[in-house]
Amino acid sequence: MPYPKDYKYTKEHEWIHVQGNTATVGITDHAQESLGDIVFVELPKVGAQIEAGKSFGTVESVKAVSELYAPASGKVTAVNEELNQSPETVNKNAHQAWIIKLELSNPKELDSLLAPAQYEAYIAEEK
Amino acid sequence: MVDFGGWDMPVEYPATGGLMKEHLAVRTGVGIFDVSHMGDIHIRGPQALDAVQWISMNDASKLQEGQAHYSALLYPEGTFVDDVIVHKMGPNDYLLVINAGTREKDYEWVRKNVNRFRCHADDVGDYYTQIAIQGPKAEATLQKLTDVPLAQIRNYWFRHGTVCGLPNTLVARTGYTAEDGFEIYVPSDVPTSERVWNEVMEAGKEFGVIPCGLGARNTLRLEGKMALYGHEISDTINVWEAALDRYCKMEKSNFIGRAALEKAKAAGLQRILIGLEAVDRGIPRDGYKVFDRADKEIGCVTSGSYAPFLKKSIALAYVPPAESEIGNEVFVQVRSEKVKCKVVPTPFYKRPKKP
Repeated sequence: MPYPKDYKYTKEHEWIHVQGNTATVGITDHAQESLGDIVFVELPKVGAQIEAGKSFGTVESVKAVSELYAPASGKVTAVNEELNQSPETVNKNAHQAWIIKLELSNPKELDSLLAPAQYEAYIAEEK
Repeated sequence: MVDFGGWDMPVEYPATGGLMKEHLAVRTGVGIFDVSHMGDIHIRGPQALDAVQWISMNDASKLQEGQAHYSALLYPEGTFVDDVIVHKMGPNDYLLVINAGTREKDYEWVRKNVNRFRCHADDVGDYYTQIAIQGPKAEATLQKLTDVPLAQIRNYWFRHGTVCGLPNTLVARTGYTAEDGFEIYVPSDVPTSERVWNEVMEAGKEFGVIPCGLGARNTLRLEGKMALYGHEISDTINVWEAALDRYCKMEKSNFIGRAALEKAKAAGLQRILIGLEAVDRGIPRDGYKVFDRADKEIGCVTSGSYAPFLKKSIALAYVPPAESEIGNEVFVQVRSEKVKCKVVPTPFYKRPKKP
């Protein structure tokens, strides 16, 4: 699956898509592939403040629990409640199946994230 | 790949669909497992039966030739060295199938404890590749490759016959999936093992056979409430706590652990293994703590997972007997949340009876 050019990525395998001052966050195709069948996504509450690099939820496959790390700081403005019913959407289309939307509090943090090519090089190295 | 008792084992086979598909294949069709990591101890000699009776808690005198049963090796304290499947190969000939992680410890323990009997204990694990073919279509799959009339083999019985052209191959109707199925023991050299594996894959093609890893093996056995060493059973847990009473024959001749078990029974249980089903959202997993309604810690989850066939979160846990009643509500600490669970009857999954 291609890594969208207008997204940025973390070394913890989240993607973030910024449009103006809001951002959409999910996990990468590489992340869903290594997790396997996803059966549970623990979402934060709308209105919660999250901090770059800190855990804001978890995603669980049958075999493992994995923390979700915030690519940037901000206030949660929406969570994808569809994932409560069909967490497997993340397996099917990781780059569309968003998890939270954020109102960014410090857009400068985005500068330290990985560009698509950098992320792809990073996971190639990890393999 | 993960290291499992010194073996490189796949948790799942992602290329053919992964854990969930593997689990469902075994419940609805057929799956194939490489379980060569399992150890095998052969006990032979004029006093082989006496030796087995002394080291194993089930009653091997009840076994007929060609029959196997579930049992356990116990420490004098009545706790577990390991669980085993005992096969009666002949009048003075028994085969014990043991766990990979405990293989050396088991073998040492068996050798030490049978040396007062006229028999030999041999670690023959390296001679065999053990392949499990499991699922409602296991019989149809394997029948294509053998002259052994599989329909005639009852659950926990075995025969010898030609499999994939290999004469005198052990074919047992056993498994660790709570499903119908077979385990075959073929020579462990790589070309033979590969050939048999590929022939099973080919024979099972029409039934959608896929290779299954340790992950599915774990969730399948959990749905069937089959114990896993280091989880439900260990050197600190006794037979009564693990609720394995029906495999422990106190009325047979003396065996290691018996005296301690008698005492433990008289003293009463402090904890017992129960099945839990999550009522709230959340997955109770291995090692998570269990609390009562008053928020007092009362126990611990030994194995827990999302159950792919039952489609809910289930767990096995130790709690005080007073909390073990069916329907009782307890709470499992899942990270920052206490997830409400209820005690349910086990096994969680029972395979449908054959028509």
